[in-house]
Amino acid sequence: MSIGKPLPHDAAQLSVTGRARYLDDLPCPAGTLHLAFGLSDVAHGRITGMDLAAVRAAPDVVAVLTAADIPGHNDVSPNPLPEPLLAEAEVHFAGQALFLVVARSHMAARRAARLGRVEITPLPAIVTLDQALAAGSHFEGGPIVWQSAPPDFTGLEILEGRIEVGGQEHFYLEGQAALALPDEDGMTVQSSTQHPTEVQHKVADALGWPLARVRVEVGRMGGAFGGKESQANGPAVAAALAAHLTGRPCKIRLDRDDDMRMTGKRHEIRIDYRAGLDASGRIRALDLRHMLRCGWSADLSAPVADRAMLHAANAYDIPALRIESHRLRTNTQSATAFRGFGGPQGMMGIERVLAHVAHRTGREPLALRRAHLLAAGQATHYGQELDEAPLPAILDALEARADYAARRAAIARWNAENPILKRGLAISPVMFGISFTLTHLNQAGALVNVYTDGTVALSHGGTEMGQGLNRKIAQIAATAFGIAPEAVRITPTDTAKVPNTSATAASSGTDLNGAAVAAACARIRARLAAMLAAKWGCAPEEIAFEDGKVRADTHAMPFAAAAKAAWEARISLSATGFHATPGLDWNRKTGRGRPFHYFVCGAAATEVVLDILTGEARVLAAHIVHDAGASLNPALDRGQIEGGYVQGLGWLTCEELVWDAAGQLRTHSPSTYKIPAVSDMPGVLDVALWPGGAGAPAIHRARAVGEPPFMLAISAHLALLDACAACGPHWPDLQAPATPEALLAAVARARGEGDA
Amino acid sequence: MAELRVNGTLHRIDAPGDMPLLWVLRDLLGLIGTKYGCGVAACGACTVLVGGVAVRSCQTPLEAVDGPVTTIEGLGQPGALHILQQEWIAHQVAQCGWCQSGQILQAASLLRQIPRPSDAEIDAAMAGNLCRCGTYPRIRAAIHAAAARLAAEGPAAGNADGGAP
Repeated sequence: MSIGKPLPHDAAQLSVTGRARYLDDLPCPAGTLHLAFGLSDVAHGRITGMDLAAVRAAPDVVAVLTAADIPGHNDVSPNPLPEPLLAEAEVHFAGQALFLVVARSHMAARRAARLGRVEITPLPAIVTLDQALAAGSHFEGGPIVWQSAPPDFTGLEILEGRIEVGGQEHFYLEGQAALALPDEDGMTVQSSTQHPTEVQHKVADALGWPLARVRVEVGRMGGAFGGKESQANGPAVAAALAAHLTGRPCKIRLDRDDDMRMTGKRHEIRIDYRAGLDASGRIRALDLRHMLRCGWSADLSAPVADRAMLHAANAYDIPALRIESHRLRTNTQSATAFRGFGGPQGMMGIERVLAHVAHRTGREPLALRRAHLLAAGQATHYGQELDEAPLPAILDALEARADYAARRAAIARWNAENPILKRGLAISPVMFGISFTLTHLNQAGALVNVYTDGTVALSHGGTEMGQGLNRKIAQIAATAFGIAPEAVRITPTDTAKVPNTSATAASSGTDLNGAAVAAACARIRARLAAMLAAKWGCAPEEIAFEDGKVRADTHAMPFAAAAKAAWEARISLSATGFHATPGLDWNRKTGRGRPFHYFVCGAAATEVVLDILTGEARVLAAHIVHDAGASLNPALDRGQIEGGYVQGLGWLTCEELVWDAAGQLRTHSPSTYKIPAVSDMPGVLDVALWPGGAGAPAIHRARAVGEPPFMLAISAHLALLDACAACGPHWPDLQAPATPEALLAAVARARGEGDA
Repeated sequence: MAELRVNGTLHRIDAPGDMPLLWVLRDLLGLIGTKYGCGVAACGACTVLVGGVAVRSCQTPLEAVDGPVTTIEGLGQPGALHILQQEWIAHQVAQCGWCQSGQILQAASLLRQIPRPSDAEIDAAMAGNLCRCGTYPRIRAAIHAAAARLAAEGPAAGNADGGAP
């Protein structure tokens, strides 16, 4: 059985020898043309003229396309609201695509794209959240409000505050890319996308074609993190449009600066809170106001903001919780999916409130958190009863592993003795809901083919972006047939093999596609078992598939021989499989129901040190206990946990998006936008898979792992807050990201110096 | 016409002198293991060795290449992997994989200069090689393991000179 084994990533050999093939590495047919976008320099304005003569006259330019050249709809939106590929009358952010250059080389296209003379009459640009609120610039017509019960603050101590948490650039190392290959009556599009079916829909819609004429294929992606869920649509449609109009293969690969200026990012959020505390410091009533920067297009903001509301109480029981969610339209890049999909923003709010309560009341922060945890059988604020509540036990394990109490005491002594370097330590839990909150997306398909030599080639609806999905899927298929995982080959995701797929997102790639693959394997197994049961005179249930053999009682034959025998008996060795998550029931209008199939829990303890003269900080140690259920592959799961923590650390510490007053993104390259480097790693990053879990109600009782660990890094922000609080008696009110500037401001506040 | 020795083979390159080495390798020589990341030498994805020293090929013009070039394809072959590549697999470093050829070549350059680096020396040498999947703890571990083996087994097991004459 290969499930449960720490087998290497399917591309382990390829990655270290440079032979892993991504889209940009595929051989292009002779005559392939290359694309570049002409972009708006203005954040908001009306297009009054577009003189593209110089672009057309530039060397090696074959065509220059504008919105008028699109035969179908000029729309790359993942939702019913239109989002133009190429601007028409108005531009809505600096970086918006205006025209598309088709040239004989990548450089020729990029050089020519700079030559456009576009006249734009500027209109007032909404760049900040305050400007958006003042202008009433909302998506969905106004704020969305959910509440578990109306918060009644009578007789309670009131605590109010605000946390601002910046957005985040995905910085997938492989930028957006697509290659469109026209054929006699259709189009094949190679796309670096998490959502091949949506690319298929958008290409067909732009060309005015039925879906069956468009085929989308996805090989290996060089990272995605949510940034290629909807954001891959534009480049893919551009390539297909140019290929359709020129009749030649067309390829686009965004330059890094263009990618950062054009594509979506994590939603920045501001959370205003009003908490009502009883005499013990327990939160009895809580009013939260979420304000999210959604950027210029609706994109995935509604479900992201919904998930921020769903995780607004994290793992805690807040008896009366009201959440008012403002989805604000701004003249900046779209805000889109990013690992956690709003969950991290929601959790930051409640963790900040609890930190503030601990500071106000003097209660030990972890004890305060424990006192608020939901128990099994209790309902979340949206009414989902918990089948399990593993966090108390996970926190016990973490406290012991991290030696929390002793280190808290040691840090208190250190801080008493050291005036310059202040330390902080904090623990935070994560309870993340697994399922798409748009219930009908919780489905997946697969196609499994067994060949007469006993090897298997399969395709499923998920996409491989580095998370190790294909390795886990191969382990599931190998286990089903009792063969070695090396005998299973996963072929590129292909809308012609598995149709109508959901995005590989919401941490659900393995749960959904793994179950679909298992279903397909089971159908083929049943056919083989029926054949051999008749031959061997036993019941089909007695037939076992293990160790490369099919056996029953004293009978046995190699799996390959069974496959060949089935072929000779004219029994199909190919099957599709399908899976739909059961038991979901969610009403987003009322904010009530059971949106999640199950939850993933974990907790982290992070220790930091802060230099209060410079604002520089380091993470000294991070200990993590995380529930991966019956892990399909502990090595891959640990990698996701480590990587998720590191990415979350970047979000809350060093990654800062800066727009100037005119709406220009000033951080559009790694020279100005800093993601964590190896030098930012803690000396200790200790990850333990929690052994106490009963497993999830999912394939082989494994738990989803992609997103939940990202939120473990909230403990790092809380530890930095703790270090700032050691500088003085006042509430430091540390904001995020905790850059040196933000840390120095918090130190000043702790000392009662205001925002000095 | 420039002469360029890559992975031990001498090539005659017909390209402008200001063409970045990255595109010479990828587009003219078909060596796709070297990756474009940012184009401004700030992410490390395009790292190759020139004369055994790590350089950012996206900001190295062809005319400035003054030694033999080693790309990931020349460091070790399937079946005869360099010790760094072996340890990279053993520690299961790569997730999406895009940055990994640059990481491995940067590590090769480091070990040539400092055979047994400390964590701090690894950080100093590797901080310009970004990994968005966050595989850094495993990168550190793999470098330490490779350094220990190279010290025990001798540099012949991990020669990264790229066939310098």
